[in-house]
Amino acid sequence: MSDPIRPAPIITEDNEEFWSAAADGILVAQRCGSCGNLRHPPRPMCPLCHSIEHDTVELSGNGIVYSYSILHYPQFPMFNYPIVAVLVDLDEGVRLLSELNDVNHDDVRIGLPVKVRFEDTCDGMEVPVFVRRGGS
Amino acid sequence: MTRPLLAGATSIVGIGQTEFSKEAGRSETQLASEAIVSALADAGIPTGEVDGLVSYTIDPVEETELVRSIGTDRIRFSSRVPYGGGGSQGVLLHAAAAVASGVADVVVAYRAVKARSGQRFGRAAMGGRATSSHSGSTAMQWCAPYGVMTPASWISLNATRYMHVYGVTSEDFGRAVVQLRSYAATNPNAHFFGRPITLNDHQESRWIAEPAIRLFDCCQETDGAVAVVVTRKDRAQDSRQPVTIEAAAGAAIFEEEIASNHYRPELAVMEGSVALASLLFEGFGVSRGDIDVAMIYDAFTPILLMQLEGLGFCGPGEAKGFVADGNLGPGGSLPTNTNGGLIGEGYIHGLNLTTEAVRQLRGTSVNQIDGASTVLVSASRTGVILRQS
Repeated sequence: MSDPIRPAPIITEDNEEFWSAAADGILVAQRCGSCGNLRHPPRPMCPLCHSIEHDTVELSGNGIVYSYSILHYPQFPMFNYPIVAVLVDLDEGVRLLSELNDVNHDDVRIGLPVKVRFEDTCDGMEVPVFVRRGGS
Repeated sequence: MTRPLLAGATSIVGIGQTEFSKEAGRSETQLASEAIVSALADAGIPTGEVDGLVSYTIDPVEETELVRSIGTDRIRFSSRVPYGGGGSQGVLLHAAAAVASGVADVVVAYRAVKARSGQRFGRAAMGGRATSSHSGSTAMQWCAPYGVMTPASWISLNATRYMHVYGVTSEDFGRAVVQLRSYAATNPNAHFFGRPITLNDHQESRWIAEPAIRLFDCCQETDGAVAVVVTRKDRAQDSRQPVTIEAAAGAAIFEEEIASNHYRPELAVMEGSVALASLLFEGFGVSRGDIDVAMIYDAFTPILLMQLEGLGFCGPGEAKGFVADGNLGPGGSLPTNTNGGLIGEGYIHGLNLTTEAVRQLRGTSVNQIDGASTVLVSASRTGVILRQS
C-alpha cells in the first residue's frame, strides 16, 4: 500500500501566485504595490489603500508556532494521522495555516521556532509545511 | 448609540420542530415543511398569511419547493444568512428587520438538515470548491492540503491558543459538558436523554483534536428541522404565547472567515462575541444582569467558555472558574443551554437553542428555570435577547 498523498491545493485567480511559487519551492506573500503592506491570505485589493497593484516577496520561511492542534479523527485517506496542524507566525509578520512534521508530539508547543519545507501533493504540486528550527 | 428601530417591535409567536434523530428517512424539504406547519399551528396563523422566509446559505431546502409544499400564496421577503453556525441567530435579525420595517408581516425562519444520514457535518467534503458556497469553502483552500477539513479542526486551533493564554485544561471544558449532559438527561428530545456523564467519562472520551476537543466536547450530527414564526408585536397578541424580540444583532469582523477565524492577531479572545455583546447590551440598552437564562452556541465546548468571556459574563480567562462554580446549572447565576445544548440535545444549526429560549419564557421547558423573563441566545457573532411579552 502506497503512502497517502495529500490533495493538491485549490487554485483560484486570487491565490494562484502563492501556490505556483510553492510548487517551485518558494514561500511568498503578497505585497501592496502602493503602500507596501504585506498580506496573507492573498486578495485582489489592498484593504488599507485600495490599490489593486501588488507583487509577491519571498519569505524567509522562519517563524514560530502561534497555535497548534493534533488532529486524530475523523481520518481521511490521503493523510497520515495524527496530523499536527499549526498556525505559524512568520518572521515577516504574516500568519500561515500549515502542519508541523518530524516532531515528537510531546515537543509541540506554542512558541516553538519552525522553518518551512515543501512536500509533494497529488497532481505534481508542492505545499509548504514546517519542521523544527535550529536546536529548538 | 441610537436604539435600533426593531428593539421590541416584533415577537416570536410560534415554534415548531420535527423529532431529532440520526436518520430522518425523509427529505430536508419534508422536514422543513413539517416543522413550519407545526410552528404556524403553534402561532395560530394560517399558512396563507406567511409572506417571508429566512434560512441559511447552507440550508439545502429551496424556497420554491418549500412554498409548493406548505402552500403560501405570495412571498414578499426572503433571505439567507451566511457564517455557518455563527450566523444561526441571524435569521431572527433578518426576520425582525423585515417585519419591523413593514416589508413583511409574517416571516418564518427555518433550518432543515440531515447532518448524520446525509452529508455528515463532522466530515467535510473532500477537495472543496474554488468558488464560494458561503459555507466556508473559500477558507478551505488554505486548509485542505493539510487535512484541516472539519469544524472541530478549525475551532481547535483557536481553542489551543485560548488554553495556552489562560491556563485552561480539558477538564475545565469537561465540567461544562457534565452540566450540559445533565440537562440533556432530562430532555426527551435530546440525543443524550437519560445519559448523564461524569467528568471522568469526559476525560476518557477519545481525542478528536488534542489538546482542546475530545469526543464528548463535540455537538451531535443530527437529522431534523426547526422553524420559528416572527410577526409584529401588536399582532402577536392574537397568539397564545408570544415572546418579544427585544434585541437582535450580528457582527462580522475583518479577516474572520465563514466557519473559521485564523488570521486575527489574538485568537484567545472571541472578538465576534465582544462585538455582538456591545450591539446587544449597549446598543439595545439591556443589562447583562437582566439575563435570566443563556443559550450559547456550543458546537464544541471551548467556544462556550470563550463566549462567556467575550459576551462579558466573566472576565478573560475566568470562564473556567465560572463553570466550575456551577453557574451554568439550574441554581447558578446564568443557567445555560437548559435543553442540553448542541452537545447534549442535537445540532439543528443552533436554531434549536432559540426554541428552548422561547420555551423558557413560556414556562414550558423540561428544565424550567424559575422566573425566566429575559433570555439571551448567542451564536458568538449573531444573537438575540428575548423577553416575556
